[in-house]
Amino acid sequence: MDTIILLTLTGLGLAALYFLVASGLSLVFGLADVLNFAHGLFLGVGAYATWWAAGNLPGAGGDGFGFVVAVAFGVLAGTLVAVLVELVLIRPLYSRTIEQVLVTVGLSLAGVALLQATWGADARTFPRPEWTRQVTNVLGANVPNGGLLLIVAAVLVLGAILTFLRWTRYGLVIRAGVENREMVTALGIDVRKAFTLVFAIGGAAAALAGALGSVYFGTVSPGQGGSLLIFAFIVVVIGGMGSVVGSAYAAVAVGLLQQFVNYYGTSGLGDICVVGLLAVVLLLRPQGIAGKVATA
Amino acid sequence: MTEPVLSVADLSVRISGLHILQGVSFTVAPTGVTVLLGRNGVGKTTTLRAIVGLTPRAGEVHGTIRMGAQSLLARPTHRLVRGGLGYVPEDRCVFAGLTVAENLRLAERRGTTPAYDRVYALFPELDRRGRQRAGSLSGGQQQMLAIGRVLLNDNRLLLIDEPTKGLAPKVVTEVAEVLERVAESVPVLLVEQNLAVVRRLARDAVVLAAGKVAWTGDAQELLLETGLTKSLLGVGSAEVHH
Repeated sequence: MDTIILLTLTGLGLAALYFLVASGLSLVFGLADVLNFAHGLFLGVGAYATWWAAGNLPGAGGDGFGFVVAVAFGVLAGTLVAVLVELVLIRPLYSRTIEQVLVTVGLSLAGVALLQATWGADARTFPRPEWTRQVTNVLGANVPNGGLLLIVAAVLVLGAILTFLRWTRYGLVIRAGVENREMVTALGIDVRKAFTLVFAIGGAAAALAGALGSVYFGTVSPGQGGSLLIFAFIVVVIGGMGSVVGSAYAAVAVGLLQQFVNYYGTSGLGDICVVGLLAVVLLLRPQGIAGKVATA
Repeated sequence: MTEPVLSVADLSVRISGLHILQGVSFTVAPTGVTVLLGRNGVGKTTTLRAIVGLTPRAGEVHGTIRMGAQSLLARPTHRLVRGGLGYVPEDRCVFAGLTVAENLRLAERRGTTPAYDRVYALFPELDRRGRQRAGSLSGGQQQMLAIGRVLLNDNRLLLIDEPTKGLAPKVVTEVAEVLERVAESVPVLLVEQNLAVVRRLARDAVVLAAGKVAWTGDAQELLLETGLTKSLLGVGSAEVHH
């Protein structure tokens, strides 16, 4: 029983990480039709900026409130990079899918190379607040606090995004734009501002995933964004393009499946099962769990 | 002579190699309904979409489109709409996942007071169904919502594309009644296949054939000329008067 609880909660921690990356990816694709392969870069920037801030930024540090400041700096850095990418590289290429893919793939490769050139290719030890090094006993299972932190962060981000989508004017524009972008412009709305906004939201969530994921794993490395991005894309497709709630359900399914199969089967079998799940969903429900509509 | 509200001159649209419009020229009077007629596929919807700046990126648009002194070509759609060009597309295009109230709220323009009184006076049902998802409305109700969205703001010209398409006869009459009242306060460029509706609403007509203007003039005169309606629109007098 302890093992089941432990696997469930660590699986949910993994799901939280996937959700933080996938939520922005899903909104960006749903609204702007952009397959953003550079999304992992926002995660890397968030992780490295947090790591750098913890050691160098006045007021920031590796524990307590200083660590909160470091994470806030990392999230801000990820958000800024996402906004810049949208304004400078993506905006001139809307409706030009192939060029977008080439630019975002190129940017993701260049971003990793830049991080490597600056801080080296090897993984670096990430500052971990004391509490995150400990475990919490949940019904007899010792669950790492880093995983619980990810779950809490993902639930808060999910709540914040849904509140934003449901109750704000821009949220309304995004929900409508996911359904029919052209009609939004035909109502007199400059939908490009909403594009920038979803990139900012996505960048912030991915950067938070980078910071908290690095706390969980204990290290930061240039390529970690890319490997997480593959599973985030799978989550987006299973959840339904443009649906944040769908991404949340899909992330839970993928995280739990991966964790349980990897434990009870052989290591790596969980990843194969996730791809199998993707294939089944595409065959039975090609639009994913929640389809194209952004739900609030 | 009164200045037209819209002037289209030598408009050509080419999309994916197809030369859909080939030098189309016409004007829209500053009052009443001007109807754009023609058989299926002659470029009526393409004309409206070119006016409102919704030609696909892969398409090429040449010519002149002016609303008053202002040139409309190459201006982004949202600016044209904010400048007073209301557009009701074919197939309504309501946001199915949003409620009726949210669909209307989306059409509100910053810096102006939305005319909910006007919309709810014309369509009381929209007020009653404010919390209902637009996707669950009937076709007629969706059309009312689509028209209601543009009437929330003051417009200089309305472009309305096939508002009665696919509707039951009773609903067609209701929509025609509404458009008749709307046209009392704002000029309308209407694409419509239902000639009974055209007969009721239209003052002027522009007939397109194979991407060119084949006839312009008084709409009622056109409908009286059985030979013309048969040759231009492919319908006889029975269908006109039905």
